[in-house]
Amino acid sequence: MQEYLLSFLIVTGAVFTFIGSLGLARLRDFYTRLHGPTKATTLGVGCLLIASAVFFSTQGEQLSLHEMLITLFLFITAPVSAHLLAKAALHLRLKSLAAIPKKAEE
Amino acid sequence: MRRLLPHPIVTPVLAVIWLLLVNSTGAGHILLGILLGWAIPFFTLQFWPDKVTIYKPLTLLRFTAIVFIDILLANFIVARLILGSPSRLKPAFVAIPLALKSDIAISLLANTISLTPGTVSALLTADRQHLVVHALDVDDAASLIAAIKERYEKPLKEIFEKC
Repeated sequence: MQEYLLSFLIVTGAVFTFIGSLGLARLRDFYTRLHGPTKATTLGVGCLLIASAVFFSTQGEQLSLHEMLITLFLFITAPVSAHLLAKAALHLRLKSLAAIPKKAEE
Repeated sequence: MRRLLPHPIVTPVLAVIWLLLVNSTGAGHILLGILLGWAIPFFTLQFWPDKVTIYKPLTLLRFTAIVFIDILLANFIVARLILGSPSRLKPAFVAIPLALKSDIAISLLANTISLTPGTVSALLTADRQHLVVHALDVDDAASLIAAIKERYEKPLKEIFEKC
């Protein structure tokens, strides 16, 4: 039973991580490409981490909660790096499918 | 009180993070965690010039739950957009007028926006009046702005700023 749960989590995590990377290839400009990886890290890596926590908590001698920390750090760092990449792109005036707003041109 | 314990919220958070790092709940580690949680804020005081006060802890809990659900939905929506036809997407920049004033509330709003359905925060204007957000697929910019303001900004304002 537990093995089914773990396999399900790992496969789901892998699928979402893959779709995130696929986004890098399929989407058309820098800004839309940003969306793929930032979303993949949340559910993709999240599923893998839950699987890891469940596995090591039941197989090891004690509860394994390291994974909660990884989740916490990911949730803090992923949006910050996405924000900085987008900001840098706006300053460099990269080609964009969407109209650059006036507010960003100061 | 303020000189002895500069950040009453950071101390227990750091202690818990320490316990998670060492993956143990021995008495020694709890003591060490509390000690670290008490000492580290003294060295990082310069990065936190404003005192962070949580006015409504329950709203914060509810907000966290909403964000988690939205992140789950975000993944499915973005996955469908990526697997669908990328040439039909209508990406757009949207400027959201901010009602928030405090640093922590604005940065949490920007983080939340980046984590949820098809939106990435891109720029905070120099006058701190607008947050420029890039959205993957927008039909109606006004309703997107309204949704973000209602769903994320309002609770954050209640939590971190005195009304």
